[in-house]
Amino acid sequence: MKAPLSFVLNGSNVTAEADGSTRLLDLLRVSLNHTGTKGGCGEGECGACTVLVDGLAVNSCLYPALEVEGKHVTTIEGLRTIDNKLSIVQQAFVDTSGIQCGFCTPGMIMTAKALLDNNPDPTDEEIREVLLGNLCRCTGYVQIVESIKTAASRLKENR
Amino acid sequence: MKDFRHIGKDIPRPEAPDKAAGKAVYIHDLVRPGMLFGKIKFSDHAHARILRIDTSKAEKLPGVKAVITAYNTPELRIGFVRDNFALKKDKVRQFRDEVAAVAAIDPHTAAEAVGLIKVEYEPIPGVFSPEEAMEPGAPLVHETDPRGRPMKDNRHPLHYHHESGDVKAGEKAAKFVAQGEFSTQLVQQCCMGTAGCIAEFDMNNNLTMWAKTQIPFLAQRDFNQALSAMGLQNKNTRVIVPTLGGGFGTGLDTHAYEYIAILLAFRTGKPVKIVYTRDEEFANLSPRQSSRTKIIQGCDKNGKLTFRHAEVLQDNGAYTSWGATYPTVMMMPATSLYRVSNVYFDAKLVYTNNTYCQAMRGYGNPEFTWALENNMDQLAEKAEIDPFEFRMINCNQPGETTPMGLKVSTCGLKECMESVAGKLNWKKSRSQKKQRGIGMASLIHVGGGGRIYRSDGSGLILKLDDFGNVNTYCGGVEMGQGLHAVLILEIAEALGVQPEKVFINPTDTGTCPWDVGTHASRGAFMAGNTAIMAAKKLRDQIFEHAEQLFPELAAKNLKKYQKKHPDYAPPDFDIKQAAKRDRFDLVDGFVFLKDAPSEPWTRIELGALLRAIHFREQGQMLATEVFYDPPNELPDFEKGYGNMSATYAYGAQGVEVEVDTETGEVKILRMVAAHDVGRVLNPPALKGQIYGGLAQGVGYALYEQLQSERGRITNPNFRDYKIPTAHEMDFPIELDLIETNDQFGPFGAKGIAEPGLVPTAPAIANAIYNAVGVRIRDLPITPEKILAALEKLKSTKD
Repeated sequence: MKAPLSFVLNGSNVTAEADGSTRLLDLLRVSLNHTGTKGGCGEGECGACTVLVDGLAVNSCLYPALEVEGKHVTTIEGLRTIDNKLSIVQQAFVDTSGIQCGFCTPGMIMTAKALLDNNPDPTDEEIREVLLGNLCRCTGYVQIVESIKTAASRLKENR
Repeated sequence: MKDFRHIGKDIPRPEAPDKAAGKAVYIHDLVRPGMLFGKIKFSDHAHARILRIDTSKAEKLPGVKAVITAYNTPELRIGFVRDNFALKKDKVRQFRDEVAAVAAIDPHTAAEAVGLIKVEYEPIPGVFSPEEAMEPGAPLVHETDPRGRPMKDNRHPLHYHHESGDVKAGEKAAKFVAQGEFSTQLVQQCCMGTAGCIAEFDMNNNLTMWAKTQIPFLAQRDFNQALSAMGLQNKNTRVIVPTLGGGFGTGLDTHAYEYIAILLAFRTGKPVKIVYTRDEEFANLSPRQSSRTKIIQGCDKNGKLTFRHAEVLQDNGAYTSWGATYPTVMMMPATSLYRVSNVYFDAKLVYTNNTYCQAMRGYGNPEFTWALENNMDQLAEKAEIDPFEFRMINCNQPGETTPMGLKVSTCGLKECMESVAGKLNWKKSRSQKKQRGIGMASLIHVGGGGRIYRSDGSGLILKLDDFGNVNTYCGGVEMGQGLHAVLILEIAEALGVQPEKVFINPTDTGTCPWDVGTHASRGAFMAGNTAIMAAKKLRDQIFEHAEQLFPELAAKNLKKYQKKHPDYAPPDFDIKQAAKRDRFDLVDGFVFLKDAPSEPWTRIELGALLRAIHFREQGQMLATEVFYDPPNELPDFEKGYGNMSATYAYGAQGVEVEVDTETGEVKILRMVAAHDVGRVLNPPALKGQIYGGLAQGVGYALYEQLQSERGRITNPNFRDYKIPTAHEMDFPIELDLIETNDQFGPFGAKGIAEPGLVPTAPAIANAIYNAVGVRIRDLPITPEKILAALEKLKSTKD
């Protein structure tokens, strides 16, 4: 039985329908056509589907769609500025080669954003700790960690 | 050394901003109007006769548009030995065999319908290891070969062999001999983006396939054969490659799911998408083969290798992929890593009822190098020579021809090994306190294409427009390795334009020139050589037109300039006289005369010249198409001879580990990777290839293993199949990129996509041996295996 649902997606009010078994991932990708968020495993193991719900990084493949009622959801599409520029975190991934095939990238960037929102000056260990839930098969993580450090220092300069 | 304007520069990947924005379109994101979703019913048995398939309930489910089986569709044979079928009739030979498929209006309905299909089987005893399969009277996986002739046993028809020199004499000459048996496990490529495709027919019954492939042109040929088998004679397939979420070898074959999508699309008249879920990918997409290698080597009293004898047995699984040809690559390290003149190599494949296997990065090389580099350390120990010194004594040299006939143009192996030893502080670190140790291993790999097919060619089309842009059509596939970033630099350098003016179009068999495939670390090597050829042709065309048009444009330029600067007196130089084609140059998008004075009006923007060529009577547009087939040979693999690549990449990796003797846990403290890359084209892309390969090598060494229980994959998820996370990869990695400037490489570069993972596992194994004195011979090196070996070591000492 589908129920109406309203929440804030990337700063805009949206309404949609979902039932108890609808995953947030499918609500975003299928119902709302936000395909920037990727589905990688469906079991919360790979982190490709990471989005922010009220600022917290969650696996949208495990998150029931109905639970975003009234909440703020941020996806990779929400990070770009209105003049079609990448956010600082996104740009750092581009400039520091944290992106190869790119399938894990939206999830990585959302995880990185959640980290840097809460901890503007993370150590390497803290970065690697938080990345535990985001798998990448291409990069060996070296340039991803460097990207997040680049983002942290650029954000600091911007403050 | 020549100064490059663009080669060797850090430029971001052209596709990275879209990937960072979530705008890149993967097969998972792609939607076609009216598209249906396909789903496959896989076998419930590893080996069984199909008695009956009841699809009636599935057909009645609302939203289901087609249900197909081998009994209501044309037979589509797949694979290069044609021993596989899109849908299985009469019997299943592995758990993942496709027995039926559904197309429905959404994925949920398709999955529900698949659940309603009932299949009755009569189970047959299966064979689940090469040994079991070779027992007399073992059940036959295939009763007949693809031509219908009865099979006597489960031996696979493919066979690979090499003999050179005199192995008996080499054995006699040996003062020290070491032998070992080493095995490798099934591993999954684990692309983050799972496999999938969309098949769509137009009203002329031509097919468009959006495919997650590394071989669009061989796929076109395969799919066209399928169209013929479906009764659609003389119809064509256009293969379009969307953004790929990784490849790692999974795209070297065409797959049953693709043919099933074609059958469903034809049956329904609608586009049909099939995308694997993660558990489907683990259970039903072919992994890297397991292998067992027996190796014996000997050396004289000075440590010089006198012979090498190696026998490989591969579990092929139930059907044959291109991946079955791994021994073509194994033969390369077997005959050519380190100097050894008396070599015996033999590789056999056996059909079993296990999942059939396909290509993965390294393609047989990690499997064989695992055995060889363990055995090198064993032999060094027997000869009481330091393993680094032992390798140096036997190091390959530039200019040599190896027993397989590989012609070594440049070889940085010595520099790579010295780099690793130096960075690890070799002598001192070898005799550290207990439980810490270091080890190294080396590699050779194809670095100048790899001819395992009758063509090793690649084409390139460059089309110039009115704005001085270079529109590029390349048949190679970008799958995350950085091909496009490198190709842009190669074109910018060779043609003389700014990288921002080079645009790469999607890989599409309808528009791009033929390419054998993006495999064998050949993408950047081939693309670069085509870029150089195409650039030369375009520059010739541009400069030919410039003879007439350049003086006119320069005169106009001068007029404009003089309007702004009335006092300006141009130098005394006759441009018309000087405007000969061989005196022009094109740099950073400006055409000029090499010996003309450098004045603001003597440089013509390429776009302005192109417009002048275009907008006149009998105007022309400039474009060029080239095809490059590298100077290498298709080896005779039964004799094991032939120079399969134009050049070879070398490398060495070293590792320092600490082994916890209480738990058996291995902690990597640091790694050094020194690779002969020929030339660094794009530093961040190259580093990414090596870091990424190395991480796959760490997983291969320490924990990755697809568990198969009598043919059934029992860990089809990332919970139970662990790939390295950022946490496992938290040790420092030092890279040393050695530039040997190869004569065949574009700007001197060699292919470098696969080497990163080739020597990683034996380097780790050798370090573990140095640390705690146990040698684990079967991958992965789990804590349990280390503890058991330590226990055994203790009991032999007691």
